[in-house]
Amino acid sequence: MKKKTGRISTGALSLISFCVIIAAWCILTYGGFLNEIFMPSPTAVWNSLLEMAGDGSLWEHCFLSTKRVMIGWFWSAVAALPIGMLMARSKCFSAVIQPIIEFARYLPVVALVPLTILYLGIDENQKYVIIFLGTFFQLVLMVCDTVSSIEKNMLNAASTLGANKLQLYTEVIFPAALPGLMDDFRMTIGWAWTYLVVAEMVAASAGLGYIILKSQRFLATDVIFAGLIMIGLIGLVTDFILRILTKIIVPWHERLGD
Amino acid sequence: MDKIKLKVTNLQKVFPANGRREKDLDALKDINLEVRESEFVVMVGPSGCGKSTLINIIGGLADATEGSVEIDGREVSGPGADRGMVFQGYSLFPWLTVQKNIEFGLKMKKVPKAERAKIAQEYIQLVGLSGFENALPKQLSGGMKQRVAIARTLANQPEILLMDEPFGALDAQTRVVMQELLAKISRETKNTILFITHDIDEAILLADRIYVMSRRPGTIREVMEVNIPGERNHEILVTPEFLAMKRKIMEMLWQESQDAALDK
Ligand SMILES: Nc1ncnc2c1ncn2[C@@H]1O[C@H](COP(=O)(O)OP(=O)(O)OP(=O)(O)O)[C@@H](O)[C@H]1O
Ligand SMILES: [Mg+2]
Repeated sequence: MKKKTGRISTGALSLISFCVIIAAWCILTYGGFLNEIFMPSPTAVWNSLLEMAGDGSLWEHCFLSTKRVMIGWFWSAVAALPIGMLMARSKCFSAVIQPIIEFARYLPVVALVPLTILYLGIDENQKYVIIFLGTFFQLVLMVCDTVSSIEKNMLNAASTLGANKLQLYTEVIFPAALPGLMDDFRMTIGWAWTYLVVAEMVAASAGLGYIILKSQRFLATDVIFAGLIMIGLIGLVTDFILRILTKIIVPWHERLGD
Repeated sequence: MDKIKLKVTNLQKVFPANGRREKDLDALKDINLEVRESEFVVMVGPSGCGKSTLINIIGGLADATEGSVEIDGREVSGPGADRGMVFQGYSLFPWLTVQKNIEFGLKMKKVPKAERAKIAQEYIQLVGLSGFENALPKQLSGGMKQRVAIARTLANQPEILLMDEPFGALDAQTRVVMQELLAKISRETKNTILFITHDIDEAILLADRIYVMSRRPGTIREVMEVNIPGERNHEILVTPEFLAMKRKIMEMLWQESQDAALDK
């Protein structure tokens, strides 16, 4: 949220908060307050990042993980969009679907991993399915909520202007819900990363989740931190891209705090 | 005798009892009304007497409990482009420019793009919004938004224009400007209009005929012809005919609110 202080100073604030965390990290590790095995120093983490970047493995892991997140999340969004919209608009449809969704969304995804391995083996599809299961049910409910909160007046106006049922969806409901949907997408893509790590920790031979788990066995905390930092950075970049995209797709939208 | 455009016969509306309300609520009772072609009819009535309920039923946004609504002798149910509505909250589509908002109904009817633009341009000029074609609703003032809403409905060429307190949210000066604009539009385009307000000045200024409603359950209490010669603008607000009429309606509404107080 940008206050009257303007762009530069809010950017500066963000930078300061980052610097404080790094400074604390430096003091705790270089000062010898923490055991190197539990908390590696910035230098150690930096070196392991450089090493993995040097042999190219870092980029492979990042690319593979990002690809899994994107594909799993993409299918979840594609499926959740129409179902969530219909749920918001049709009482009957909602009565049929809602209980299933509500039930399914309380199943911890981790508990479903054995089943997915049984059904699908440990290939890429299994990773996509885990991410799909982790995000789909939540996203359906979020889409439903977003669509339900569209102003009734707008729909009334459209139908008295002669819009038929299909046109109501394509010309009014979808565009009116779009700003909210972009937010929903941004949230769930974050969760997709969580489920990716779940998928990669259990059965994978590459990916950021995999190197984190593997490093635990060798007490290579510097590599664990390197992996965590990469996940955080990719998340940050994705979030940033989606925010920019939102500004481009729905320039008409007025947001509190803008 | 002019053709009858809108005919409402024996309309009743009951909101049934539910969890929050113990008893059925009679909102409208024995409503009979007619609007002739090119006529400007205004309904006034105390707050809560069912004016919005009535106009929403006519517009097809709500169902009547009993009775019928006919356009050109044909019974209608559900919303349709033949009954254009303008609401108090402008309900523009915020993602569309002024011009695209005005084209909306035509687009739904699959009118070709070039023709849509031409028609929209006509109505943009009619409501005095030239130069704002490409503005977004968030860049407009309340009065300008309501101009867009009116143009959007007019461009669709409905059989009748239904307006529910369209100027209720505007400040006093803008209101007068919009009233005069609407009077001019109705004179020029010969549209049939049913207009709701609780502002008596507005009612007399605009109407050919005024229906005065009673308190809830809303019934038609009186029908009055407005015979004020000459152009309708704010200057007539002080003519003797105007003041006599205003006094009569005020007395009726005053009595309604006193009776309402006694009911309780
Ligand atoms: N959906 C609804 N369910 C139950 N009661 C309703 C509903 N809509 C309106 N009412 C009731 O019907 C009555 C008439 O409401 P309506 O909105 O038509 O009044 P109105 O004449 O337009 O009032 P105002 O001048 O304040 O706009 C009110 O008592 C209101 O509480
Ligand atoms: Mg009302």
